[in-house]
Amino acid sequence: MILEMKRITKRFGSVIALDGVNLELAKGEAHALVGENGAGKSTLMKVLAGVHQPDSGEVILNGKSVDISSPAESQMLGIAIIHQELNLIPYLSVAENVFLGREPKNLGFVDYKKMRKDTKALLDQFGIELSPRSLVKDLSIGERQIVEILKALSLNPEILIMDEPTAVLTDKETEKLFELIDLLKQRNVSVIYISHRLPELKRVCERLTVLRDGKWIKTDVLEHFSEHDIANLMVGRELEDMYPPLPTKFGNEILRVEGLTQNPNFQDVSFTLKEGEIVGFAGLIGAGRSELATAIFGGDPADEGIVSLKGQQVNYKNPIQAVKGGFGFATEDRKQTGLILDMSIAQNITLPNLRKYQRVGFVNRKLEKADIQKQVKNLNIKLHSVNQPVKNLSGGNQQKVVLAKWLVANTEIFLFDEPTRGIDVGAKREIYHLISNLAKEGKGVIVISSELPELLGICNRILVMHNGRISGEFNHEEATEQQLMKKATGL
Amino acid sequence: MANLETEIEVTKDRKLYNWMQYFWSNYSVVFAFIVLFIVASIASDHFLSPLNITNMLRQISVIGILAVGMTFVILIGGIDLSVGSVLALTGTIVMASQVDFGTSIFTAILFGLVAGALIGVINGVIITYGKIAAFITTLAMMTIARSTALYYADAGAIAGSNMDYRAIGNEYLFGIPIPVYIFAFVVVIAFILLEKTTFGRHIYAVGGNSSAAHLSAVPINKITIMTYMICGLTAAIGAVIETSRLNSVSTSSSGSMYELDAIAAVIIGGTKLTGGQGRIIGTVFGILILAILSNIMNLLNISPYIQGVVKGAIILVAVLLQKRS
Repeated sequence: MILEMKRITKRFGSVIALDGVNLELAKGEAHALVGENGAGKSTLMKVLAGVHQPDSGEVILNGKSVDISSPAESQMLGIAIIHQELNLIPYLSVAENVFLGREPKNLGFVDYKKMRKDTKALLDQFGIELSPRSLVKDLSIGERQIVEILKALSLNPEILIMDEPTAVLTDKETEKLFELIDLLKQRNVSVIYISHRLPELKRVCERLTVLRDGKWIKTDVLEHFSEHDIANLMVGRELEDMYPPLPTKFGNEILRVEGLTQNPNFQDVSFTLKEGEIVGFAGLIGAGRSELATAIFGGDPADEGIVSLKGQQVNYKNPIQAVKGGFGFATEDRKQTGLILDMSIAQNITLPNLRKYQRVGFVNRKLEKADIQKQVKNLNIKLHSVNQPVKNLSGGNQQKVVLAKWLVANTEIFLFDEPTRGIDVGAKREIYHLISNLAKEGKGVIVISSELPELLGICNRILVMHNGRISGEFNHEEATEQQLMKKATGL
Repeated sequence: MANLETEIEVTKDRKLYNWMQYFWSNYSVVFAFIVLFIVASIASDHFLSPLNITNMLRQISVIGILAVGMTFVILIGGIDLSVGSVLALTGTIVMASQVDFGTSIFTAILFGLVAGALIGVINGVIITYGKIAAFITTLAMMTIARSTALYYADAGAIAGSNMDYRAIGNEYLFGIPIPVYIFAFVVVIAFILLEKTTFGRHIYAVGGNSSAAHLSAVPINKITIMTYMICGLTAAIGAVIETSRLNSVSTSSSGSMYELDAIAAVIIGGTKLTGGQGRIIGTVFGILILAILSNIMNLLNISPYIQGVVKGAIILVAVLLQKRS
């Protein structure tokens, strides 16, 4: 064993985040760490990374008990972590980001030549077509993730922690990542792999450890479990059908988009949406789907084309008009564009629709509170108080707050951009059922997702975008993953 | 049973602890104020005399009012460097209306307030629609406003002749100077705006994350412009008190460097320069801390030349302490 973590306990105030958790890692092994949001995976990894110090328990590295008191020390011990949140500096180049804080020096000056050469070598190893000179701000989110991985690899770590590394990667990039992990394993690097995508685990990992509610549940060889078993272990109960039945009753056409264009993001996009219908948008990252949703919502208006609501041309110039018209937009990046992290859960939930609780300019907190409580219950958001800052919630619960924002508003058309990114199966299932219920109530729903099974599971119709244009349209019955992928890659 | 009771005890303790933590992180500036107040009362016998206290309060009123406006701007993640010069310009407008155009005191004040708000709106429009950084926009406005005042009065002063105007800055009501009432009134209005209204909630949202606020249907441009308008308006209110005190305005020195004191008070009061976090109560205590500091140093005959060092050090310590909590 290269690493053993024994009976690790960590409290935050009154919350027990880790309660006697164990984890062991063999040399050259890829070990899956799974659990629902808030199960303690990230906290456990932060203990390993030196971000948090455990209240009790022991970390044994290469047979020696160690005290990891800082991230720098963790790095020195040969532990590298790839964060779920991207920690890159946008106005620095790829090479500068990879070697940030460890710049190769020559006579006290930064040796840019060597820096670029070393980065190029890493890139070649990964088979990635990326210039070391490119600025990170110009990269797609998937490419940024790769830079983040390169950064960790440049440390030549013995233990590599990957927290949801594929969440934002395309299938091609994902496969490359898996090949790289295989290579690392051959070189005796141990990998701790955190993912909510259960199918990947078997491709990558040999063993798994399951956490639930801060407790250690099981460590075993992965082969012994089906995806279904793992999901049940995580949730702690038998998980019923992941996807709800498809909506069947459609009303009138509620949304019509004709020839919508915003250069260079998308061109000539046309589609319709009926009341009670769920329409999915598949495509690769950078296909223009998020930009399309943002444009419909008035966040960044389109250059040309017509958006009509119930037969009336609307073409919103800003989100205020869109919200008045009955649109709700749950963005793909809850931290950057979805939530005000320092504000409370309650204040975030009512933000888009504050006027509803307004009496001559004053916020009526009683009215507000009633609606907030209703949504917290409805969405099963786990919290201590609605007045705590939203940044203290786990990813899945933050995502529920994003959804709650649009549920208290009088939303008729929901735009969901990656509604289940980085959240666990239990929460995913809840969100699918919520989306289905909205459709049953006669709302129009658009779901943008990079997870094809999810689109196939909940959508009546799926549109595929490639390079800013709609490249295919499928009904639920005729759509398959292969077909969607073909259209998404432009074949 | 015993088990249950201890559990309840624990939750009670925790609640108290959580509350104290909350209180400390939000109101550490209040403790700092209390400590400073006690130290000052011990250090000098004169400190607690009613005359000293009321004088001190009157002296801080103008900067205090500016700091209230500055709190709004800093809460949205902006800055307004022009308030000192705007004070001079609006003061010039108030005095010139009375002296050169013969308007009534009331009309003159109205002109001043409208001008202050208007300059704020101009700042806000340039920042939002012109997309020029607040620092640059208000730096430019600082020189424009000052220069306009200087040009009008040939860099001199405009003295009023209507003695009634002096009342605002010099009279007392129930033993307390009128400017202190005005300051208190401005604070109360600001408190209500920030804590109780939709507008206030929107300010915190814009300051906390403007792109998320934009996509949550918050009118970010309107909110931004309104905060700068409030800031300009408070500068004009300050100008009325300042000019009424001597019944004159000095176009070269009125309001000079006031913006820095106002910003210092806001920062000491715990408002984050990056926006989204802070309270008006903090700003009030921030200004009180600055006031007690310079007051006690004067009482103890500490050279005014060294007072800046103390003030600067206090700003740094205040911010360091807030980082801790």
